[in-house]
Amino acid sequence: MKQSEPQHPNRRASNAAAAAGAFRSSSAVEGVAALDGAALKYPGFLFSPAVHVLCCLLSAAAGFRFSRLIFLLFFSPSPPSSLLNHYNVPFLRQAPAAVLPPPSPIAPSSRVVVGRHGIRVRPWPHPDPAELGRANEILARVQQEQRLQYGVKDPRPVLVVTPTYARTFQALHLTGLAHSLMLVPYPITWLVVEAGGPSNQTAALLARSRLHVIHLPFHEKMPVLWSDRHRFEARMRLHALRLIREQRLEGLVLFADDSNVHSTELFDEIQILEWMGALSIGMLSHSAATDTEPRRQQRETDKENSPLPIQGPACNSSGHLIGWHTFNSLPLGHNDATFVGDGATGLPIKLEWAGFVLNSRLLWKDAEGKPDWVRDLDEVGIGGEEMESPLDLLKDASFVEPIGDCGKKVLLWWLRAEARYDSKFPTGWVIDPSPEIVVPAKQTPLAQAPPDIPIKKTASDEVHVEERVSKKGRSSRSKRNSCNKKKHEQHAEAKCQTS
Amino acid sequence: MEKWIRLRVCAIFIHCLLLLEAKLKIEGTAGDVLEDDPVGRLKVFVYVLPSKYNEDMIKKDPRCLSHMFAAEVFMHRFLLTSPVRTLDPEKADWFYVPIYPTCDLTKEGLPLPFRSPKMMRSAIQEIASNWPYWNRTEGADHFFVVPHDFGACFHYQEEIAIERGILPLLQRATLVQTFGQKNHVCLKDGSIVIPPYASPQRMHAHLLPPDIPRSIFIYFRGLLHDGINDPEGCQYARGARASLWLNFKNNPIFDISTEHPTTYYEDMQRAIFCLCPLGWAPWSPRLVETVIFGCIPVIIADNIVLPFADAIPWEDIAVFVAEKDIPKLDTILTTIPAEVILRKQKLLANPSMKQAMSFSQPSKPGDAFHQILNGLARKLPHDSSVYLKPGEKVLNWTAGPVTDLYPW
Repeated sequence: MKQSEPQHPNRRASNAAAAAGAFRSSSAVEGVAALDGAALKYPGFLFSPAVHVLCCLLSAAAGFRFSRLIFLLFFSPSPPSSLLNHYNVPFLRQAPAAVLPPPSPIAPSSRVVVGRHGIRVRPWPHPDPAELGRANEILARVQQEQRLQYGVKDPRPVLVVTPTYARTFQALHLTGLAHSLMLVPYPITWLVVEAGGPSNQTAALLARSRLHVIHLPFHEKMPVLWSDRHRFEARMRLHALRLIREQRLEGLVLFADDSNVHSTELFDEIQILEWMGALSIGMLSHSAATDTEPRRQQRETDKENSPLPIQGPACNSSGHLIGWHTFNSLPLGHNDATFVGDGATGLPIKLEWAGFVLNSRLLWKDAEGKPDWVRDLDEVGIGGEEMESPLDLLKDASFVEPIGDCGKKVLLWWLRAEARYDSKFPTGWVIDPSPEIVVPAKQTPLAQAPPDIPIKKTASDEVHVEERVSKKGRSSRSKRNSCNKKKHEQHAEAKCQTS
Repeated sequence: MEKWIRLRVCAIFIHCLLLLEAKLKIEGTAGDVLEDDPVGRLKVFVYVLPSKYNEDMIKKDPRCLSHMFAAEVFMHRFLLTSPVRTLDPEKADWFYVPIYPTCDLTKEGLPLPFRSPKMMRSAIQEIASNWPYWNRTEGADHFFVVPHDFGACFHYQEEIAIERGILPLLQRATLVQTFGQKNHVCLKDGSIVIPPYASPQRMHAHLLPPDIPRSIFIYFRGLLHDGINDPEGCQYARGARASLWLNFKNNPIFDISTEHPTTYYEDMQRAIFCLCPLGWAPWSPRLVETVIFGCIPVIIADNIVLPFADAIPWEDIAVFVAEKDIPKLDTILTTIPAEVILRKQKLLANPSMKQAMSFSQPSKPGDAFHQILNGLARKLPHDSSVYLKPGEKVLNWTAGPVTDLYPW
């Protein structure tokens, strides 16, 4: 049992420390015992109690105990154990409990001591931005390695087809889409078809994305009615598909409308595509207030419908495509006269283009291995025939591959939200030169007439404004409460350092 | 001609490089021994003790089969059906005593160590009186599995465990324990440090596909402040866990908290570094979970001895941080070069590494049971000092606290 010998001084001192609890309660006896047992190298037995008494008197006079600190600093054996505690609180309170039983001289210096320890907190326990940058670089490198090891081998390039036009929300939508595409690890070619001809605003937005962009002008103006718009967009997409066919671009064709929200998983999932695939889209469009229905009725119809309508392939239990989930717009009071910019969000058609992905070789004139259930692109779309969805390209729709765990994963969310018809925005969203005098407007710009269609004004607009104001008040109050709570927590934590 | 020779040389060179890159072998100080097969290298005799020492305790409280100390139970069950078992004690190299000292649980499931020394003493008396093999060597060729907090010191409080020391009767036996700390009373020379038990079925049920990107930098879930046993917070974990919280609770690269989420295992698989700080004892099943889920363990426990340290090169796999360096932990971890991190992850992904840390049922080659047997085999052949001359006595049967001498 030779290992138990060196334990004695530690044992006694640590027992004393453990039993004491607060240091203020430890008595002179304990102090003397610790001094004796600690093998401090100063002469005589009378000296120690005398000094101790002197220190006690001095402490009583000064108001705090410093005896232990002095002994530790001046008389302790060299070197004090590495467990000396650092405190970030300045030396105001009672003597810091820097008392650990000094290490026994027999034990090796690497011994870890049992007993009370302080808690080391550095003076500025807040993150350093350079460090955050380094951590993010490490994360990026690890994820890149994971992709190399477990991800898709030989990734195919992606051709993204986006119809757009210059309007208020274009900057919002295109920037979001550009950022999504910038995160994709595969080579991307972005074909942007712009209605109304090429504009500088669009070109500026696209240039900022630093992607490979092909900016295609389409020299007709975007129509105002939602129903016309769907057909128009189909024609714009066909225009882009014809370019892919002419230039024989290689890759997977994805129809990304500028206002949609794409998940990064989408780009990983489509890599396994062979010819044509279908994926599930979530529809975010039906919760808008139309002009005809009052709000309460709207909410009731919402509850009857499913929480999020999804458009996409339907599979049977063995994973084969058996049909399609489509969007039913009847219960939502679809009004033929809805125009873009009346405050409501748009409604989708039966099968949106965004839910389909093609292999670009399907569009080429002569591609090897092109299956015979595909029609040639030249036969479709010319001569008055319209393409409503990419399914029109196929003779037999049963060959479509369902993507994303047979349509169970929603990889894409469809949304059409446009600003009001009379909204104004500065060109390029830059106010240049900055205005010298800013005067608040006397009234909101509601007076202008819409294009071609008469306005139907209701009381719902004023109600909307009032609700927004009241919500703001509530949130600021709750913020104040959470601040108080945080202060209490900090007090509790700081207690141990100073005892 | 010359061009072809050059091409061929290049091809061979690249091929060799690829082979070297692919072969990330795990070699500890004992060499490449993780895949050693113990069958044929040793023979173990399993004593048959009355069921009050083993089976009855499980019947009384079946939680003993799933808590972190369950290694003692499963080692017994493994040995009973293992090919290393011999029914002839004369041929045996090692003798195993099937006793479950950590199976005396409170209502909350924590083991009470107060009766364990008496239980151990009673079992040794039983085998010493019924078989001659204990007295032949005074236990030097016997091994016991003692997975409690401080091993055979049989107490959960470190001060009292140090005071008690290892049970005097086990002074010569080999101890297979989870506790390991250098220069500590409760770890004697020649002990085999093993990982604590973590249910392999539960862990495999939560495995994610490896292509899920790792997006958490540093992860930790566990007690940071033991309010019941150490309200002031100065003793638990030698202040290490409290220091972690106070320094890094606002740091966005640290995801540390006391809450136990249902996605705990999944989150570990999405993290690069998982902290393994000491608690009341330096070891924890967290290390096993970290290794199985491929997260690099950051060991914050001074002088700890990790399981199977002679077979597993922990310095190459884990990151060791001294307790005094906790305030600089963020700097330490962000300045590790990315290649080092990738190499550690590759070593962790090695299936033999994961297998060595788990107590799989049924037993698979290379798992923790086999590593224990390998460790025992490496201690063979026994030194001649193991066998005592007739009449020689080394152990003091009356040593230790008086309460230990009472009957169980």
